[in-house]
Amino acid sequence: MRLPTLLLILAAIVLAAFFLGRQRALSLARPAGGVRSLHSLPKYYGYYASLGAVVPGIALLLMWAAFSDSLITSRVVASLPEALRNQPEAQLSLTLNDIRNLAAGQMQDESRSAEFAVAADLYNSLRDSSRKVLAGLVIALSFSGFALAWLQLRPQFRARNRVEAVVRFMLVLASLLAIVTTIGILLSVSFEALRFFRQVPVGEFLFGLSWSPQTAIRADQVGSSGAFGAVPLFVGTLLISGIALLVAVPIGLMIAIYLSEYARPRLRRIVKPVLEVLAGIPTVVYGYFAALTVAPIIRLAGQQLGLEVASEAALGAGLVMGIMIIPFVSSLSDDAINAVPQAMRDGSFALGATRSETIKRVVLPAALPGIVGGVLLAASRAIGETMIVVMAAGLSANLSFNPLESVTTVTVQIVTLLVGDQEFDSPKTLAAFALGLMLFIVTLILNVIALQVVRRYREQYE
Amino acid sequence: MLIMDKAQDVVAPPADTVPAAAVPADAQRLASDTVGDVTAKDAVICVRGGNVFYGDTHALINVSLDIGRNEVIALIGPSGCGKSTFLRCLNRMNDTIESARVKGDFRLDGQDMYARDTDVVMLRARVGMVFQKPNPFPKSIYENVAYGARIHGLAANRAELDDIVYGSLERAGLVDEVKDRLDDPGTGLSGGQQQRLCIARTIAVNPEVILMDEPCSALDPIATARIEDLIDELSEKYAIAIVTHSMQQAARVSNRTAYFHLGRIIEVGPTDKIFTNPAHKLTEDYVTGRFG
Ligand SMILES: Nc1ncnc2c1ncn2[C@@H]1O[C@H](COP(=O)(O)OP(=O)(O)O)[C@@H](O)[C@H]1O
Ligand SMILES: [Mg+2]
Repeated sequence: MRLPTLLLILAAIVLAAFFLGRQRALSLARPAGGVRSLHSLPKYYGYYASLGAVVPGIALLLMWAAFSDSLITSRVVASLPEALRNQPEAQLSLTLNDIRNLAAGQMQDESRSAEFAVAADLYNSLRDSSRKVLAGLVIALSFSGFALAWLQLRPQFRARNRVEAVVRFMLVLASLLAIVTTIGILLSVSFEALRFFRQVPVGEFLFGLSWSPQTAIRADQVGSSGAFGAVPLFVGTLLISGIALLVAVPIGLMIAIYLSEYARPRLRRIVKPVLEVLAGIPTVVYGYFAALTVAPIIRLAGQQLGLEVASEAALGAGLVMGIMIIPFVSSLSDDAINAVPQAMRDGSFALGATRSETIKRVVLPAALPGIVGGVLLAASRAIGETMIVVMAAGLSANLSFNPLESVTTVTVQIVTLLVGDQEFDSPKTLAAFALGLMLFIVTLILNVIALQVVRRYREQYE
Repeated sequence: MLIMDKAQDVVAPPADTVPAAAVPADAQRLASDTVGDVTAKDAVICVRGGNVFYGDTHALINVSLDIGRNEVIALIGPSGCGKSTFLRCLNRMNDTIESARVKGDFRLDGQDMYARDTDVVMLRARVGMVFQKPNPFPKSIYENVAYGARIHGLAANRAELDDIVYGSLERAGLVDEVKDRLDDPGTGLSGGQQQRLCIARTIAVNPEVILMDEPCSALDPIATARIEDLIDELSEKYAIAIVTHSMQQAARVSNRTAYFHLGRIIEVGPTDKIFTNPAHKLTEDYVTGRFG
């Protein structure tokens, strides 16, 4: 039986369980004096019966998904002839991959020995039978789970409390999932980064002023020993993000103030979604815009003023990125400003404050946490942005604070380090993970600082 | 419906929608809508033929009323009869409501409040307002009171500002409770303290008139009693117009009472007369609790 069919059957059982459970509750209630004699509403008895049917089955399915493959694989390995079984680990996993591919019919390689075919057959038959057993077990479990739940139903049974407990458990599970994923990402990146730091000292990476990740491929090559000082990359990132925020924060904030305090509601309803489209334009398009339109204009303007402008200046990338992140600032700030109660404004107006005094002294301070949140989101978006920088600011790792020069950023370097075929143990590739880890830590610190700022200066209304 | 029919039989002129231009300045004729004497001696606020529309709703219909210096006037009446609307006309808070249009003659010390050259900022500094729900700013207690003084530049230096803040807190009867925690947020106070903070904030800019829109409806009886005492004290210095749903409160704090009904002022008179011997049937029904 295939998985979708199984899930459909399960769904049908759950649905039936709901109605049966509810029916049961109603019929139990009738002699005792109607629905009022039940502890919970009848639907909760239905939910409880459904949960009884679905929880054991789903649990089994999850366990199967987690363990069945390794069980089957170990059976297959055990069936392999001595010579194949005693290969070193890496070799063995290659062999197993071949067997899986053969079993899936993706490889018709006549040169493979008969042992492979046998193993593949075994693999297939084990999988088939495991699926059948699974389907049977899941259905049986669902039925017995339902039966158990059904038998528990009494008028005084606290069905609502049970159901709510399960729901709460699921909510906790969902939030755990997010946390565990974050930790997982962090761990996997840290692991690779540690391998990098075994080859390149941490101090050199953190404080080195020169970045040129070309290492020699052969020992006798000349000239490219590699330099892994990340400072130019972080300076470049800082420079471009800084320019972007200088554009986005004032403009975004002014837009938010206009929309929420001055514009008529109808205008606001139209303008806000239109602005949000800015954030939805693919960054490649912004990249074109930056490289083909903005960069030449900046160059031209620079020449008029007698300034030397690199053809891929940080300024162009920063300006365009700033435009891209305007909606993060404007939209979130607008929400925050709108959430400030009208009573605050009324109180200020009634004291004879003008609209602008009210905005500056009452509304903005009260909306500050939301505004900082928007700016922060915009900042992390700017720091993580890659495409615009690749296209408009280039790859040369200059250590410079001059916005008219060409710089590169952390994300751009991560991309260039990982593009193409790479061996995953050279410092060049591993450097990408170290950079990723640094980026993670930097944004984390940024977040913590912003949270502190918000807590410190928050003006709580209510 | 019955009540409304009656109201129109007795008091309403047939044309409700009198545009401002068409309102003659004859107070006597206009006041004929209302039973009792709408004038006050030494009036600080003088309203003649006031009308307010919210879009198509005619919320305030041809009302005329004076508010005298040093008097406390209570505005009573069933919900939705236009008491808040009337109050908001007196410091032009209706300007902040998009759909509201105000017509008629509203004067503060003889000056037209709605004249083209009236500075609404100055007007609101002279006519302060306390709201139904305490709405202290999310700032420190000190900053709440200093706010108005700051925006109007009333203090030349920190010492003067301190004086204004302490003086206002003193007059609002709050200084003893908060003098050790002026830097704590105003929102951390109890409801009654918050409302007294809002009153302190209002008197800090030295108004002539204080408008109060059901200032005690969100408070417990003890906090209410303190505010009522405070109103008594404040009435020595300010003209006060207070909207209230509590007949007892109106009787306790006010000298004069105006009864509103469906956008009109039905009756105005000395408070004891309104409550003991109302001239109009609708007023009598309301004060004896037959409806409202
Ligand atoms: N902002 C507004 N927009 C539209 N109609 C309003 C508004 N405020 C009040 N009204 C209407 O005006 C009438 C009088 O309201 P209000 O002055 O608040 O009455 P009261 O304070 O006496 O309870 C009511 O019918 C109310 O629905
Ligand atoms: Mg009201």
